[in-house]
Amino acid sequence: MATIVKVDDLRKVYKGGFKALRGVSLSIEEGEILALLGPNGAGKTTLISALCGITTPTGGSATIGGHDIVTGYRAARAMIGLVPQELALEPFEKVINTVRFSRGLFGKYNDPALIERILRQLSLWDKRNSRIRELSGGMKRRVLIAKALCHEPRVLFLDEPTAGVDVELRRDMWQVVEGLKAQGVTIILTTHYIEEAEAIADRVAVINKGEILLVENKADLMARMGRKSLRIDLSEPLDHVPEALKDYDLELAGDGEALKYHYDTRGDGTGITRLLQALAKEGLSLRDIETRQSSLEEIFVGLVNEETP
Amino acid sequence: MNLHAIRAIYIYEMKRFFRTVMESLLSPVISTSLYFVVFGAAIGSRIDQVEGVAYGAFIVPGLIMLSVMTQAISNASFGIYFPKFIGTIFELLSAPINFLEIVIGYVGAAATKALLIGVVILITANFFVDLDIQHPVAMLAFLVMICLSFSLFGFIIGIWAENFQQLQLIPLLVITPLVFLGGSFYSISMLPPAWQTVTLFNPVVYLISGFRWSFFGTADVAIGYSLLAIAVFFALCLAAVWLIFKTGYRIKS
Repeated sequence: MATIVKVDDLRKVYKGGFKALRGVSLSIEEGEILALLGPNGAGKTTLISALCGITTPTGGSATIGGHDIVTGYRAARAMIGLVPQELALEPFEKVINTVRFSRGLFGKYNDPALIERILRQLSLWDKRNSRIRELSGGMKRRVLIAKALCHEPRVLFLDEPTAGVDVELRRDMWQVVEGLKAQGVTIILTTHYIEEAEAIADRVAVINKGEILLVENKADLMARMGRKSLRIDLSEPLDHVPEALKDYDLELAGDGEALKYHYDTRGDGTGITRLLQALAKEGLSLRDIETRQSSLEEIFVGLVNEETP
Repeated sequence: MNLHAIRAIYIYEMKRFFRTVMESLLSPVISTSLYFVVFGAAIGSRIDQVEGVAYGAFIVPGLIMLSVMTQAISNASFGIYFPKFIGTIFELLSAPINFLEIVIGYVGAAATKALLIGVVILITANFFVDLDIQHPVAMLAFLVMICLSFSLFGFIIGIWAENFQQLQLIPLLVITPLVFLGGSFYSISMLPPAWQTVTLFNPVVYLISGFRWSFFGTADVAIGYSLLAIAVFFALCLAAVWLIFKTGYRIKS
Protein backbone atom coordinates (compact mmCIF):
# COMPACT_ATOMS: atom_id res chain seq x y z
CA MET A 1 0.00 0.00 0.00
CA ALA A 2 1.17 3.50 -0.77
CA THR A 3 1.63 6.18 1.84
CA ILE A 4 -1.08 8.81 1.43
CA VAL A 5 -0.39 11.05 4.42
CA LYS A 6 3.16 11.72 5.45
CA VAL A 7 3.88 13.89 8.45
CA ASP A 8 7.48 14.79 9.11
CA ASP A 9 8.59 16.41 12.36
CA LEU A 10 5.51 18.62 12.41
CA ARG A 11 5.58 21.28 15.11
CA LYS A 12 3.13 23.82 16.37
CA VAL A 13 3.86 26.40 18.99
CA TYR A 14 0.93 28.70 19.75
CA LYS A 15 1.43 32.37 20.37
CA GLY A 16 1.38 32.04 24.14
CA GLY A 17 4.30 29.60 23.85
CA PHE A 18 2.22 26.46 24.29
CA LYS A 19 3.77 23.60 22.35
CA ALA A 20 0.82 21.69 20.95
CA LEU A 21 2.88 19.53 18.58
CA ARG A 22 6.47 18.63 19.43
CA GLY A 23 7.76 17.08 16.25
CA VAL A 24 5.14 14.64 15.11
CA SER A 25 6.12 12.13 12.42
CA LEU A 26 3.62 9.73 11.01
CA SER A 27 2.93 7.75 7.84
CA ILE A 28 -0.58 6.77 6.97
CA GLU A 29 -1.22 4.14 4.32
CA GLU A 30 -3.85 4.53 1.66
CA GLY A 31 -7.11 2.84 2.57
CA GLU A 32 -6.41 2.23 6.23
CA ILE A 33 -8.27 3.42 9.27
CA LEU A 34 -5.96 5.01 11.78
CA ALA A 35 -7.21 5.85 15.22
CA LEU A 36 -5.43 8.71 16.90
CA LEU A 37 -5.81 8.17 20.59
CA GLY A 38 -4.93 10.56 23.30
CA PRO A 39 -6.26 12.38 26.34
CA ASN A 40 -7.75 15.87 26.11
CA GLY A 41 -5.16 18.45 25.09
CA ALA A 42 -2.80 15.82 23.68
CA GLY A 43 -2.62 17.55 20.29
CA LYS A 44 -5.04 15.41 18.31
CA THR A 45 -7.10 18.30 17.01
CA THR A 46 -4.06 20.49 16.44
CA LEU A 47 -2.51 17.78 14.28
CA ILE A 48 -5.68 17.47 12.20
CA SER A 49 -6.07 21.25 12.01
CA ALA A 50 -2.52 21.63 10.75
CA LEU A 51 -3.01 18.96 8.08
CA CYS A 52 -6.29 20.52 6.95
CA GLY A 53 -5.02 24.09 6.76
CA ILE A 54 -6.87 25.50 9.74
CA THR A 55 -3.72 26.21 11.71
CA THR A 56 -0.33 27.00 10.30
CA PRO A 57 2.38 24.66 11.55
CA THR A 58 5.46 26.37 12.98
CA GLY A 59 7.85 23.67 11.86
CA GLY A 60 8.22 20.45 9.94
CA SER A 61 6.26 19.41 6.90
CA ALA A 62 3.47 17.17 5.74
CA THR A 63 2.15 15.86 2.46
CA ILE A 64 -1.20 14.49 1.46
CA GLY A 65 -1.22 12.36 -1.66
CA GLY A 66 2.31 13.62 -2.28
CA HIS A 67 1.20 17.27 -2.22
CA ASP A 68 2.79 19.51 0.39
CA ILE A 69 0.14 20.98 2.67
CA VAL A 70 1.63 24.47 2.32
CA THR A 71 3.06 24.78 -1.18
CA GLY A 72 0.59 22.38 -2.79
CA TYR A 73 -2.33 23.20 -0.55
CA ARG A 74 -4.92 23.18 -3.30
CA ALA A 75 -4.19 19.66 -4.47
CA ALA A 76 -3.66 18.47 -0.89
CA ARG A 77 -6.88 19.93 0.47
CA ALA A 78 -8.92 18.80 -2.52
CA MET A 79 -8.31 15.25 -1.26
CA ILE A 80 -9.42 15.97 2.29
CA GLY A 81 -12.72 15.83 4.08
CA LEU A 82 -12.96 17.05 7.65
CA VAL A 83 -15.63 16.40 10.25
CA PRO A 84 -14.79 18.75 13.09
CA GLN A 85 -15.39 18.18 16.73
CA GLU A 86 -17.57 21.24 17.19
CA LEU A 87 -21.07 21.33 15.73
CA ALA A 88 -20.23 24.35 13.59
CA LEU A 89 -23.14 24.90 11.20
CA GLU A 90 -25.10 27.88 10.04
CA PRO A 91 -28.35 27.64 11.99
CA PHE A 92 -30.66 29.31 9.48
CA GLU A 93 -29.57 27.41 6.40
CA LYS A 94 -31.31 24.37 4.94
CA VAL A 95 -29.52 21.04 5.19
CA ILE A 96 -29.31 20.49 1.45
CA ASN A 97 -28.00 23.99 0.76
CA THR A 98 -25.21 23.72 3.24
CA VAL A 99 -24.18 20.35 1.79
CA ARG A 100 -24.26 21.74 -1.76
CA PHE A 101 -22.20 24.68 -0.57
CA SER A 102 -19.48 22.36 0.73
CA ARG A 103 -19.29 20.55 -2.57
CA GLY A 104 -18.96 23.83 -4.46
CA LEU A 105 -16.36 25.11 -2.05
CA PHE A 106 -14.19 22.13 -2.88
CA GLY A 107 -14.42 22.96 -6.56
CA LYS A 108 -16.87 20.27 -7.61
CA TYR A 109 -19.88 20.43 -9.90
CA ASN A 110 -23.25 20.17 -8.26
CA ASP A 111 -24.16 16.49 -8.34
CA PRO A 112 -27.74 16.07 -7.06
CA ALA A 113 -27.66 12.26 -7.36
CA LEU A 114 -24.52 11.98 -5.24
CA ILE A 115 -25.84 14.40 -2.64
CA GLU A 116 -29.09 12.47 -2.45
CA ARG A 117 -27.18 9.21 -1.97
CA ILE A 118 -25.09 10.66 0.84
CA LEU A 119 -28.07 12.24 2.57
CA ARG A 120 -30.02 8.98 2.34
CA GLN A 121 -27.09 7.00 3.68
CA LEU A 122 -26.99 9.28 6.72
CA SER A 123 -30.79 9.24 7.16
CA LEU A 124 -30.92 12.95 6.36
CA TRP A 125 -32.89 12.86 3.14
CA ASP A 126 -36.23 13.50 4.85
CA LYS A 127 -34.68 16.43 6.65
CA ARG A 128 -33.06 17.97 3.58
CA ASN A 129 -35.30 21.03 3.62
CA SER A 130 -35.16 21.53 7.37
CA ARG A 131 -33.25 24.43 8.79
CA ILE A 132 -30.19 23.31 10.72
CA ARG A 133 -31.36 24.90 13.97
CA GLU A 134 -34.42 22.60 13.91
CA LEU A 135 -32.20 19.52 14.07
CA SER A 136 -31.07 17.57 17.11
CA GLY A 137 -27.40 17.35 18.03
CA GLY A 138 -27.06 13.91 16.49
CA MET A 139 -28.65 15.10 13.26
CA LYS A 140 -26.28 18.06 13.13
CA ARG A 141 -23.38 15.66 13.46
CA ARG A 142 -24.77 13.77 10.46
CA VAL A 143 -24.96 17.00 8.48
CA LEU A 144 -21.29 17.65 9.22
CA ILE A 145 -20.44 14.18 7.97
CA ALA A 146 -22.53 14.73 4.84
CA LYS A 147 -20.72 18.01 4.21
CA ALA A 148 -17.36 16.28 4.48
CA LEU A 149 -18.38 13.37 2.25
CA CYS A 150 -20.14 15.35 -0.47
CA HIS A 151 -16.90 16.39 -2.13
CA GLU A 152 -15.67 12.81 -2.33
CA PRO A 153 -12.52 13.01 -0.20
CA ARG A 154 -9.75 10.43 -0.47
CA VAL A 155 -8.69 11.14 3.10
CA LEU A 156 -11.31 11.69 5.75
CA PHE A 157 -10.53 13.20 9.13
CA LEU A 158 -13.06 12.48 11.83
CA ASP A 159 -12.35 14.55 14.91
CA GLU A 160 -14.13 12.95 17.86
CA PRO A 161 -17.04 11.95 15.63
CA THR A 162 -19.01 10.10 18.24
CA ALA A 163 -18.56 12.48 21.16
CA GLY A 164 -22.00 12.84 22.64
CA VAL A 165 -23.95 10.91 20.01
CA ASP A 166 -26.44 8.16 20.62
CA VAL A 167 -25.90 4.47 20.02
CA GLU A 168 -27.85 4.50 16.78
CA LEU A 169 -25.77 7.22 15.20
CA ARG A 170 -22.59 5.61 16.38
CA ARG A 171 -23.63 2.38 14.68
CA ASP A 172 -24.66 4.25 11.52
CA MET A 173 -21.38 6.03 11.48
CA TRP A 174 -19.32 2.92 11.84
CA GLN A 175 -21.27 1.56 8.91
CA VAL A 176 -20.49 4.65 6.86
CA VAL A 177 -16.84 4.32 7.83
CA GLU A 178 -16.80 0.69 6.73
CA GLY A 179 -18.42 1.65 3.44
CA LEU A 180 -15.81 4.33 2.86
CA LYS A 181 -13.02 1.95 3.68
CA ALA A 182 -14.43 -0.45 1.10
CA GLN A 183 -14.15 2.38 -1.43
CA GLY A 184 -10.52 2.83 -0.49
CA VAL A 185 -10.94 6.04 1.49
CA THR A 186 -8.28 6.57 4.14
CA ILE A 187 -9.74 7.48 7.50
CA ILE A 188 -8.06 9.21 10.39
CA LEU A 189 -10.15 9.17 13.48
CA THR A 190 -9.43 10.90 16.74
CA THR A 191 -11.18 9.64 19.75
CA HIS A 192 -10.83 9.04 23.39
CA TYR A 193 -13.41 6.30 23.25
CA ILE A 194 -11.06 3.38 23.12
CA GLU A 195 -13.77 0.94 22.17
CA GLU A 196 -14.26 2.93 19.01
CA ALA A 197 -10.64 2.53 18.00
CA GLU A 198 -10.78 -1.08 19.04
CA ALA A 199 -13.86 -1.68 16.93
CA ILE A 200 -12.91 -0.05 13.64
CA ALA A 201 -9.25 0.91 13.44
CA ASP A 202 -6.54 -0.96 11.56
CA ARG A 203 -3.77 0.89 13.29
CA VAL A 204 -3.58 2.92 16.44
CA ALA A 205 -1.41 5.94 17.10
CA VAL A 206 -1.16 7.15 20.65
CA ILE A 207 -0.43 10.83 21.12
CA ASN A 208 0.21 12.62 24.37
CA LYS A 209 1.55 16.11 25.07
CA GLY A 210 2.15 16.76 21.39
CA GLU A 211 4.21 13.65 20.80
CA ILE A 212 3.40 10.36 19.16
CA LEU A 213 4.12 7.65 21.69
CA LEU A 214 3.56 4.76 19.34
CA VAL A 215 1.98 3.79 16.07
CA GLU A 216 1.14 0.17 15.68
CA ASN A 217 -1.14 -2.31 14.09
CA LYS A 218 -4.03 -2.65 16.49
CA ALA A 219 -3.90 -6.44 16.71
CA ASP A 220 -0.10 -6.44 17.12
CA LEU A 221 -0.33 -3.79 19.76
CA MET A 222 -2.85 -5.72 21.71
CA ALA A 223 -0.94 -8.94 21.31
CA ARG A 224 2.36 -7.35 22.19
CA MET A 225 1.25 -5.31 25.09
CA GLY A 226 -1.79 -7.28 26.02
CA ARG A 227 -1.80 -9.10 29.26
CA LYS A 228 -4.36 -11.82 29.41
CA SER A 229 -6.24 -12.97 32.40
CA LEU A 230 -7.68 -16.36 33.12
CA ARG A 231 -10.73 -16.67 35.31
CA ILE A 232 -11.44 -20.02 36.80
CA ASP A 233 -14.91 -20.50 38.25
CA LEU A 234 -14.93 -23.06 41.05
CA SER A 235 -17.69 -25.44 41.94
CA GLU A 236 -17.02 -24.94 45.65
CA PRO A 237 -16.09 -21.47 46.93
CA LEU A 238 -12.79 -21.03 48.77
CA ASP A 239 -12.08 -18.71 51.66
CA HIS A 240 -8.40 -18.40 50.83
CA VAL A 241 -5.96 -19.44 48.12
CA PRO A 242 -4.61 -22.89 49.06
CA GLU A 243 -0.98 -23.01 50.28
CA ALA A 244 0.09 -25.26 47.41
CA LEU A 245 -0.96 -22.63 44.87
CA LYS A 246 0.81 -19.70 46.52
CA ASP A 247 3.50 -19.57 43.81
CA TYR A 248 0.98 -18.81 41.06
CA ASP A 249 0.06 -15.26 42.06
CA LEU A 250 -3.64 -16.01 42.09
CA GLU A 251 -6.33 -13.83 43.48
CA LEU A 252 -9.72 -14.76 44.74
CA ALA A 253 -12.65 -13.17 43.00
CA GLY A 254 -16.41 -13.17 43.37
CA ASP A 255 -16.56 -14.13 47.09
CA GLY A 256 -14.17 -16.99 46.61
CA GLU A 257 -16.13 -18.54 43.78
CA ALA A 258 -13.42 -17.85 41.23
CA LEU A 259 -9.65 -17.61 40.91
CA LYS A 260 -7.98 -15.06 38.69
CA TYR A 261 -4.66 -15.68 37.05
CA HIS A 262 -2.77 -13.06 35.04
CA TYR A 263 -0.28 -14.09 32.40
CA ASP A 264 1.67 -12.58 29.60
CA THR A 265 1.34 -13.88 26.07
CA ARG A 266 4.84 -12.59 25.33
CA GLY A 267 6.43 -14.91 27.85
CA ASP A 268 8.02 -18.29 27.05
CA GLY A 269 5.27 -20.14 28.75
CA THR A 270 2.00 -18.97 30.16
CA GLY A 271 2.08 -21.41 33.05
CA ILE A 272 -1.51 -22.40 32.40
CA THR A 273 -0.82 -26.12 32.02
CA ARG A 274 1.08 -26.29 35.28
CA LEU A 275 -1.57 -24.26 37.06
CA LEU A 276 -4.38 -26.51 35.88
CA GLN A 277 -2.43 -29.60 36.93
CA ALA A 278 -1.85 -28.05 40.34
CA LEU A 279 -5.53 -27.25 40.65
CA ALA A 280 -6.41 -30.86 39.86
CA LYS A 281 -3.85 -32.07 42.39
CA GLU A 282 -5.51 -29.90 45.05
CA GLY A 283 -8.77 -31.63 44.21
CA LEU A 284 -10.50 -28.41 43.14
CA SER A 285 -13.36 -28.93 40.75
CA LEU A 286 -13.78 -26.34 38.00
CA ARG A 287 -17.09 -25.03 36.75
CA ASP A 288 -15.91 -22.74 33.95
CA ILE A 289 -12.83 -21.15 32.45
CA GLU A 290 -12.65 -17.80 30.72
CA THR A 291 -9.70 -15.89 29.28
CA ARG A 292 -9.76 -12.20 28.58
CA GLN A 293 -7.44 -9.94 26.60
CA SER A 294 -6.78 -6.57 28.21
CA SER A 295 -8.46 -3.83 26.23
CA LEU A 296 -6.84 -0.98 24.35
CA GLU A 297 -8.04 1.24 27.12
CA GLU A 298 -5.87 -0.50 29.67
CA ILE A 299 -2.92 -0.40 27.29
CA PHE A 300 -3.55 3.23 26.62
CA VAL A 301 -3.83 4.24 30.24
CA GLY A 302 -0.66 2.29 30.93
CA LEU A 303 1.20 4.09 28.16
CA VAL A 304 0.09 7.55 29.09
CA ASN A 305 0.88 6.95 32.75
CA GLU A 306 4.32 5.69 31.85
CA GLU A 307 4.94 9.02 30.17
CA THR A 308 3.66 11.07 33.07
CA PRO A 309 5.10 9.63 36.24
CA MET B 1 -8.87 29.82 -9.84
CA ASN B 2 -11.47 27.70 -8.07
CA LEU B 3 -14.50 29.20 -9.83
CA HIS B 4 -16.88 26.67 -8.32
CA ALA B 5 -15.89 27.83 -4.87
CA ILE B 6 -16.36 31.52 -5.70
CA ARG B 7 -19.73 30.69 -7.19
CA ALA B 8 -20.68 28.60 -4.14
CA ILE B 9 -19.81 31.41 -1.71
CA TYR B 10 -21.51 34.04 -3.85
CA ILE B 11 -24.74 32.07 -4.23
CA TYR B 12 -24.77 31.08 -0.58
CA GLU B 13 -24.40 34.70 0.51
CA MET B 14 -26.99 35.97 -1.97
CA LYS B 15 -29.44 33.36 -0.71
CA ARG B 16 -29.11 34.82 2.76
CA PHE B 17 -30.06 38.17 1.25
CA PHE B 18 -33.07 36.83 -0.60
CA ARG B 19 -34.19 34.83 2.42
CA THR B 20 -34.73 38.16 4.14
CA VAL B 21 -35.47 40.12 0.99
CA MET B 22 -38.31 42.08 2.55
CA GLU B 23 -36.20 43.26 5.45
CA SER B 24 -33.20 43.81 3.17
CA LEU B 25 -34.97 45.98 0.63
CA LEU B 26 -37.95 47.33 2.50
CA SER B 27 -36.00 49.08 5.22
CA PRO B 28 -33.90 51.21 2.84
CA VAL B 29 -37.04 52.06 0.86
CA ILE B 30 -38.87 53.14 3.98
CA SER B 31 -35.98 55.13 5.38
CA THR B 32 -35.42 56.82 2.00
CA SER B 33 -39.07 57.74 1.84
CA LEU B 34 -38.84 59.20 5.33
CA TYR B 35 -35.82 61.28 4.34
CA PHE B 36 -37.78 62.60 1.38
CA VAL B 37 -40.75 63.47 3.53
CA VAL B 38 -38.63 65.23 6.15
CA PHE B 39 -35.84 66.79 4.09
CA GLY B 40 -37.48 66.95 0.69
CA ALA B 41 -41.00 68.03 1.51
CA ALA B 42 -40.92 69.61 4.98
CA ILE B 43 -37.54 71.34 5.02
CA GLY B 44 -36.92 71.36 1.28
CA SER B 45 -39.99 73.47 0.66
CA ARG B 46 -38.19 76.30 2.50
CA ILE B 47 -35.00 75.81 0.50
CA ASP B 48 -35.27 76.88 -3.09
CA GLN B 49 -32.44 75.35 -4.95
CA VAL B 50 -28.91 74.22 -4.24
CA GLU B 51 -26.45 74.89 -7.05
CA GLY B 52 -29.33 75.16 -9.47
CA VAL B 53 -30.89 71.86 -8.45
CA ALA B 54 -34.17 71.46 -6.55
CA TYR B 55 -33.33 70.48 -2.97
CA GLY B 56 -35.41 67.29 -3.15
CA ALA B 57 -33.39 66.09 -6.12
CA PHE B 58 -30.12 67.43 -4.73
CA ILE B 59 -30.18 65.02 -1.75
CA VAL B 60 -30.81 61.90 -3.86
CA PRO B 61 -27.15 61.06 -4.57
CA GLY B 62 -26.25 61.63 -0.91
CA LEU B 63 -29.11 59.44 0.25
CA ILE B 64 -28.08 56.66 -2.09
CA MET B 65 -24.48 56.93 -0.89
CA LEU B 66 -25.54 56.86 2.76
CA SER B 67 -27.48 53.62 2.32
CA VAL B 68 -25.07 51.97 -0.09
CA MET B 69 -22.01 52.63 2.04
CA THR B 70 -23.56 51.45 5.28
CA GLN B 71 -25.20 48.43 3.64
CA ALA B 72 -22.02 47.41 1.83
CA ILE B 73 -20.06 47.57 5.07
CA SER B 74 -22.62 45.78 7.19
CA ASN B 75 -23.27 43.04 4.62
CA ALA B 76 -19.63 42.32 3.98
CA SER B 77 -18.53 42.55 7.60
CA PHE B 78 -21.35 40.32 8.79
CA GLY B 79 -20.80 37.89 5.92
CA ILE B 80 -17.30 37.00 7.05
CA TYR B 81 -17.74 37.67 10.76
CA PHE B 82 -20.65 35.24 11.11
CA PRO B 83 -18.67 32.14 10.00
CA LYS B 84 -15.93 33.19 12.41
CA PHE B 85 -18.48 33.59 15.19
CA ILE B 86 -20.27 30.27 14.70
CA GLY B 87 -17.14 28.34 13.73
CA THR B 88 -18.05 27.43 10.15
CA ILE B 89 -14.91 29.29 9.03
CA PHE B 90 -13.10 25.94 9.43
CA GLU B 91 -14.64 24.86 6.17
CA LEU B 92 -13.37 27.91 4.27
CA LEU B 93 -9.90 27.37 5.69
CA SER B 94 -9.80 23.67 4.89
CA ALA B 95 -11.15 24.06 1.35
CA PRO B 96 -8.83 24.11 -1.65
CA ILE B 97 -9.29 27.84 -2.14
CA ASN B 98 -7.12 30.85 -1.57
CA PHE B 99 -7.93 34.04 0.25
CA LEU B 100 -8.50 35.96 -2.97
CA GLU B 101 -11.27 33.58 -3.96
CA ILE B 102 -12.86 33.93 -0.52
CA VAL B 103 -12.70 37.72 -0.89
CA ILE B 104 -14.20 37.68 -4.37
CA GLY B 105 -17.07 35.49 -3.20
CA TYR B 106 -17.93 37.45 -0.07
CA VAL B 107 -17.15 40.95 -1.30
CA GLY B 108 -18.82 40.26 -4.64
CA ALA B 109 -22.01 39.20 -2.90
CA ALA B 110 -21.97 42.12 -0.47
CA ALA B 111 -21.35 44.59 -3.31
CA THR B 112 -24.19 43.09 -5.33
CA LYS B 113 -26.57 43.48 -2.42
CA ALA B 114 -25.50 47.08 -1.88
CA LEU B 115 -25.88 47.78 -5.58
CA LEU B 116 -29.40 46.34 -5.58
CA ILE B 117 -30.28 48.52 -2.61
CA GLY B 118 -28.83 51.56 -4.36
CA VAL B 119 -30.91 50.88 -7.46
CA VAL B 120 -34.06 50.35 -5.40
CA ILE B 121 -33.51 53.67 -3.63
CA LEU B 122 -32.97 55.38 -6.97
CA ILE B 123 -36.26 53.97 -8.22
CA THR B 124 -38.00 55.03 -5.00
CA ALA B 125 -36.57 58.53 -5.34
CA ASN B 126 -38.10 58.77 -8.79
CA PHE B 127 -41.54 58.64 -7.20
CA PHE B 128 -40.76 61.73 -5.14
CA VAL B 129 -38.70 63.96 -7.42
CA ASP B 130 -37.92 64.43 -11.09
CA LEU B 131 -34.49 63.08 -11.77
CA ASP B 132 -32.56 63.74 -14.93
CA ILE B 133 -29.30 61.85 -14.73
CA GLN B 134 -26.72 63.60 -16.89
CA HIS B 135 -23.99 60.96 -16.93
CA PRO B 136 -25.74 57.59 -16.41
CA VAL B 137 -22.70 55.48 -17.27
CA ALA B 138 -20.47 57.42 -14.88
CA MET B 139 -23.20 57.23 -12.26
CA LEU B 140 -23.35 53.45 -12.53
CA ALA B 141 -19.56 53.13 -12.58
CA PHE B 142 -19.31 55.28 -9.44
CA LEU B 143 -21.99 53.26 -7.74
CA VAL B 144 -20.27 49.97 -8.55
CA MET B 145 -16.90 51.28 -7.36
CA ILE B 146 -18.40 52.54 -4.10
CA CYS B 147 -20.17 49.22 -3.55
CA LEU B 148 -16.98 47.28 -4.18
CA SER B 149 -14.63 49.40 -2.13
CA PHE B 150 -16.94 49.71 0.86
CA SER B 151 -17.67 45.99 0.75
CA LEU B 152 -13.92 45.40 0.82
CA PHE B 153 -13.70 47.77 3.76
CA GLY B 154 -16.54 45.91 5.47
CA PHE B 155 -14.78 42.61 4.87
CA ILE B 156 -11.72 43.95 6.64
CA ILE B 157 -13.86 45.06 9.57
CA GLY B 158 -15.47 41.62 9.68
CA ILE B 159 -12.05 39.96 9.85
CA TRP B 160 -10.83 42.40 12.47
CA ALA B 161 -13.90 42.34 14.72
CA GLU B 162 -13.78 39.98 17.67
CA ASN B 163 -17.32 40.63 18.86
CA PHE B 164 -20.57 42.11 17.68
CA GLN B 165 -19.84 45.47 19.33
CA GLN B 166 -16.67 45.90 17.31
CA LEU B 167 -18.61 44.96 14.21
CA GLN B 168 -20.90 47.95 14.77
CA LEU B 169 -18.21 50.29 16.02
CA ILE B 170 -16.65 51.59 12.82
CA PRO B 171 -19.84 51.94 10.78
CA LEU B 172 -21.48 53.79 13.66
CA LEU B 173 -18.61 55.93 14.90
CA VAL B 174 -16.76 56.60 11.68
CA ILE B 175 -18.74 55.99 8.54
CA THR B 176 -22.13 57.47 9.48
CA PRO B 177 -20.68 60.78 10.76
CA LEU B 178 -18.36 61.05 7.77
CA VAL B 179 -21.26 60.48 5.37
CA PHE B 180 -23.55 62.91 7.18
CA LEU B 181 -20.82 65.54 7.29
CA GLY B 182 -19.73 64.70 3.77
CA GLY B 183 -22.36 66.79 2.09
CA SER B 184 -25.12 64.20 1.75
CA PHE B 185 -27.77 66.78 2.47
CA TYR B 186 -26.02 70.03 1.64
CA SER B 187 -23.46 71.59 -0.60
CA ILE B 188 -20.06 72.29 0.89
CA SER B 189 -20.39 75.86 -0.36
CA MET B 190 -23.22 76.39 2.14
CA LEU B 191 -20.75 76.02 5.04
CA PRO B 192 -18.67 78.85 6.56
CA PRO B 193 -15.20 79.04 4.90
CA ALA B 194 -13.34 77.54 7.87
CA TRP B 195 -15.60 74.47 7.92
CA GLN B 196 -15.27 74.15 4.18
CA THR B 197 -11.54 73.63 4.67
CA VAL B 198 -12.10 71.09 7.45
CA THR B 199 -14.60 69.25 5.31
CA LEU B 200 -12.03 68.76 2.58
CA PHE B 201 -10.24 66.32 4.91
CA ASN B 202 -13.31 64.12 4.90
CA PRO B 203 -12.73 61.53 2.16
CA VAL B 204 -16.44 60.87 1.80
CA VAL B 205 -16.91 64.43 0.49
CA TYR B 206 -15.05 63.45 -2.67
CA LEU B 207 -17.15 60.35 -3.17
CA ILE B 208 -20.48 62.09 -2.72
CA SER B 209 -19.37 65.05 -4.80
CA GLY B 210 -18.32 62.81 -7.67
CA PHE B 211 -21.51 60.81 -7.49
CA ARG B 212 -23.56 64.01 -7.47
CA TRP B 213 -21.63 65.24 -10.48
CA SER B 214 -22.79 62.19 -12.44
CA PHE B 215 -26.38 63.22 -11.68
CA PHE B 216 -26.33 66.99 -12.15
CA GLY B 217 -23.01 67.88 -13.73
CA THR B 218 -22.09 70.09 -10.76
CA ALA B 219 -19.78 69.17 -7.94
CA ASP B 220 -18.17 70.51 -4.76
CA VAL B 221 -14.74 69.32 -5.85
CA ALA B 222 -13.34 68.65 -9.28
CA ILE B 223 -14.38 65.25 -10.66
CA GLY B 224 -10.73 64.28 -11.07
CA TYR B 225 -10.24 64.46 -7.28
CA SER B 226 -13.31 62.31 -6.78
CA LEU B 227 -11.96 59.67 -9.13
CA LEU B 228 -8.61 59.81 -7.38
CA ALA B 229 -10.26 59.49 -3.97
CA ILE B 230 -12.23 56.39 -4.88
CA ALA B 231 -9.18 54.85 -6.57
CA VAL B 232 -7.00 55.48 -3.50
CA PHE B 233 -9.61 54.11 -1.12
CA PHE B 234 -10.05 51.01 -3.25
CA ALA B 235 -6.29 50.48 -3.46
CA LEU B 236 -5.89 50.90 0.31
CA CYS B 237 -8.58 48.33 1.00
CA LEU B 238 -7.04 45.92 -1.49
CA ALA B 239 -3.64 46.35 0.14
CA ALA B 240 -5.13 45.70 3.59
CA VAL B 241 -6.89 42.58 2.35
CA TRP B 242 -3.66 41.40 0.75
CA LEU B 243 -1.86 41.87 4.09
CA ILE B 244 -4.54 39.90 5.87
CA PHE B 245 -4.09 37.20 3.27
CA LYS B 246 -0.34 37.10 3.74
CA THR B 247 -0.41 36.96 7.50
CA GLY B 248 -3.61 35.03 8.15
CA TYR B 249 -4.52 37.86 10.54
CA ARG B 250 -7.30 36.89 12.95
CA ILE B 251 -8.50 33.97 10.87
CA LYS B 252 -5.72 31.44 11.21
CA SER B 253 -4.01 30.55 14.44
